Amino acid sequence: MEPKTHELTVCADVDQLHDVLAFVDDLLEEHDCPIKAQMQIDVALEELFVNIAQYAYPDSTGKAVIRVSISSEFAEITLIDSGIPYDPLKKPDPDVTLNAQDRPIGGLGIFMTKKLMDNVSYEYKDGRNILTIKKCFQLST
Amino acid sequence: MLNIKKTIENAAAIFTLEGRLDTSTAPELDQELKSSLNGVTALTLDMKDLVYISSAGLRVLLSAQKIMNKQGKMTVRNVNETVMEIFEVTGFSDILDIEGAD
Repeated sequence: MEPKTHELTVCADVDQLHDVLAFVDDLLEEHDCPIKAQMQIDVALEELFVNIAQYAYPDSTGKAVIRVSISSEFAEITLIDSGIPYDPLKKPDPDVTLNAQDRPIGGLGIFMTKKLMDNVSYEYKDGRNILTIKKCFQLST
Repeated sequence: MLNIKKTIENAAAIFTLEGRLDTSTAPELDQELKSSLNGVTALTLDMKDLVYISSAGLRVLLSAQKIMNKQGKMTVRNVNETVMEIFEVTGFSDILDIEGAD
């Protein structure tokens, strides 16, 4: 089955997070995405969208586009903004073996995204940050 | 949506969490915890009906754990499978004292 593409454009504002998640969750449910994969996608999407909302447009408000390409086997979600160029994949992974006292608060979001998704990619093109996550719906993992 | 039910008896506090611990709800829990932990030596977080946690939620748990390391003990119980996987991926399963994990 050819994947279908759906798109949502919102203000890059944390207040829009639940609309973004609802948009994606509805599509995932329509395609019988397993609940565990859905939660993992939600976690990744929340991290990436909140990042854009908080950092992409420091002096102004801007838009974020959420593009979902989905079939019964996988979902590929692309987040696009025209804010300051930022490649979150360049951020070094946190040390997840540190104990509570030595752990910095934060810095886990993009690491979780990389761990929970099957593929994460970034490109900067025509003045836009384009970040894509892909999750396959296999039931075994 | 997150519902927080809080029971404090003597120096033992139990917080029962229901719903989603995410960017929009994590600050509520953070505030509730910080305003309640004074003098508490045993904190229990019951996650039976917690269906979702993002890194914003993990930050709150870590900051509560740091407070409780200084003044007593923090225990997490009834973690469901999907939340548990988030704990495992992030190493939180080693930091937190998780009761009844399978």
